[in-house]
Order: sequence, then C-alpha cells, then structure tokens
Amino acid sequence: MADAPFGLLAELTHRCPLQCGYCSNPLELVQRSAELSTDEWCSVFDQARALGVLQFHLSGGEPLARRDLPELVAHAGGLGGYVNLVTSGLGLTAARLADLRGRGVDHVQLSVQDAVRANADLIAGVRAFDHKLTAARLVVEAGLPLTVNVVLHRRNLDHVGEIIDLAERMGADRLELANTQYYGWALRNRAALLPTREQLDRAGAIVAGARERSRMEIVYVIADYHEAHPKPCMYGWGARQLTVAPDGDVLPCPAAGVIDGLGVENVRDRPLGEIWHGSESFNAFRGFDWMREPCRSCARKEVDFGGCRCQAFQLTGDAANTDPVCSLSPRRPEVDLILAEETTAPAALTMRKVAR
Amino acid sequence: MTELDATPRLGKGVKTSYDQTRDSHVVLFPEGVLVLNETAAAVVGLCDGRTTITGIAARLAEDFDGVRPEDVAALVARLTARKVVETDG
Repeated sequence: MADAPFGLLAELTHRCPLQCGYCSNPLELVQRSAELSTDEWCSVFDQARALGVLQFHLSGGEPLARRDLPELVAHAGGLGGYVNLVTSGLGLTAARLADLRGRGVDHVQLSVQDAVRANADLIAGVRAFDHKLTAARLVVEAGLPLTVNVVLHRRNLDHVGEIIDLAERMGADRLELANTQYYGWALRNRAALLPTREQLDRAGAIVAGARERSRMEIVYVIADYHEAHPKPCMYGWGARQLTVAPDGDVLPCPAAGVIDGLGVENVRDRPLGEIWHGSESFNAFRGFDWMREPCRSCARKEVDFGGCRCQAFQLTGDAANTDPVCSLSPRRPEVDLILAEETTAPAALTMRKVAR
Repeated sequence: MTELDATPRLGKGVKTSYDQTRDSHVVLFPEGVLVLNETAAAVVGLCDGRTTITGIAARLAEDFDGVRPEDVAALVARLTARKVVETDG
C-alpha cells in the first residue's frame, strides 16, 4: 500500500480576479456551476484527514471568491491539520482576515507579480499591485506567517532584486521565487515567458546573495528547461500530495488532467482514500517499475523520480518517457530547439480568461 | 550548535498535533510536516521559550535513559535549521 499523503491542494474554484498568463490552471477552466458544494468540500477534507493529510492548501483560482470560504476554513481547521490560504489578496479585508484567522487559517501565501507597479498590473491583467501591499500589511498585522510567492519569467526576472526587497518590506517570513513551470496557461504562453540563460544567470546570483543576508527563508524553484536534470516533480507520483480540482477530479498533481487516458476519477464517484490507494491514475507512475531507459538503470531516479510525467506527455506524447529536459533523454534536443526559438523572438501574452 | 543555556520556543506559525494515521506526534509549519519520534516529540513539547536546553534534558531524564544535554542541543539545532524552533542570539 502507498504511504499516506501529507498535503491536499484544494482548488476550491477556478474563478479569479487576476488573468495571469502563467497560471497553472488548465486551459479549460471549471465553471462555477460545476464546483463542489460546501458539504462536498467538507467531506473531501474529512476523507483527506482520515487518509493522513496534515496540510490543507486552500487555493484556486482565488479561494476568496468562494462565499462559503469561512465555513470551509472552519471545517478544515477543526480537523487538527495546518490550513494554508493561497490567495491573490484581492478581496481580503481586515474583517475577513480576522474572521478566517479565528476559524483556523494558520498561514497566508500571497502572490505578487512584480515589484514594479505598472509591470505587475500588466502581468496580472488588472490593477492588483496596491491590493497586494494592503493584503501583506493585514496579514502581518494579524500576526499570521506570510509567504510571498512570485512566479518568475522573462518579463519580471530582471527585477528579482527589487522583488526580494519588496517582500522584505512587506514583512514576509518566506519568499518563494518560482521560475515558471510550463503547464496550463503557462505552456500556451511559453514563447512569451521563457527567460534567457543570461537572465537566469544574473537572477541566480542575486538570489544567492540575498539568501546569505536576508532574514527571510528564500525558496528558489529552478527553470527546468535550462537545467541538465529534471525537477523531482511532486517528490514522486502519488507519493506525498494530491490535488482536488474545483469539480472534484482527484489528481496526482494540478496539471495531470492533460495526460490522455490517465483515467482521472472524481470524488463524487469514489471515496478519496480508494482513489489514492487503488486507482489506475494514482498507481500509473508510482515507484520505479513503470520506468524505461534511461531512467530505469539511472542512479538519479531516486533523486528526481524521472522528472515530470505531465512534461513528458506534453513534449513527447508519452507520459512514461523520461522528462525530456533531462540531458540523458534522447528527446533533449527538442527542448534545446524550443529554447533557441522561443527565448529570442518577442511574443504576445494571452491573458487567462476568467471563468464565469 | 545551540548553547546549553538557550531557551528555544516554537517558530512563528508552527503547530504541533497528533496524527492518528501515523500514530505519531507531528510538527506542522508553512509548507512542511515533520513526523517526530517519541524523544523529539518530548523535546518539542518543552520548547516553551523559558526552559533551557539543560532544563529540557533534565526533564527528559525523568522519562528516558541516557539523555545528554549535548544531544538535546544537536536536535534543537536541526529543528532550528528547519525553522521549527527559534532561539535568540
């Protein structure tokens, strides 16, 4: 039997006031009418806790767009786990935050698009920057730990020093600087988002310096297309965390819905524990037996688990292939071609369309 | 290494809980979970910001054999690196 999961990423809704072109949500956003009800989400939390989940990441879209968020927080908070609110900050007021905190929010993760107001608002597609400053101040004043999360790409990577300074001024305890991972809307906008090697080198040096001196914990997520080895995606398929989409689809990772024939199951049809332990989708790439060469005989398989199944599917058409960003993959030249073609020419950014 | 007269406390946003699924005490913090063995759980339980490392070791010695302050200090140092506990200075 598989080990119990530690974390549940609950995508409560795909509705969001922002339109970020790097959003990890799928291109086909779940409509409001298809979202799980309050009772259904509470049942998901109960089932997740019984399964062993200790971290509840309430995310989206924008979780504040759910009117029943206070009830959902209270339910998750009452189960003894850790409740993490992942928010754009838009719609957060002192009163709402005090209420949510009282009901069990333990930690707030706030997205920031850039340190330069005009560029931040351009990336978000709406005037969001000033709301972020307000939201950060409210979280700090409420005494809650604050993580600032910034997705990095060609259009903000040169501002990483200013972004670190902004997070410090905001009073963040943690700063996550995550280079864009190319799924969902980000894959569609890859040619507008991929940074150059020179941008990454400069940013990497600035981040390394900041880590030496900053009081914040700074997490840096690599730009995997530019690396020689893949990321340890999810620390293994169906190993530590699961995602429940707004409509109840249960996924090994937020992007897994893209893999054709995976046989995604829904929590409306089958209990969460059965899906985690017994479903075809969660067992498809567990452990090492599914691997082919060059992963099968590679010592690094214990480090990176063969990389990302979704990326293998998206770039090679077969989810069981080695992640093609790996320098040992026979398909790596195709990634190099993407880098050569898509980091040089200017490209327009398609904004994420808001689901209604 | 943590000094023996340090008085560790739980870090900001850190919670302790008991997990029936794993039959273990756990520490929960932003984006992380630590599953504790019995000794570590006892140490974390005594990280109240008032008790010194020496004091924690003395309390543990009431329930466990062979507890050395140096071992408690080493464990607290590891927990500090994970931001689970904080010590001044």
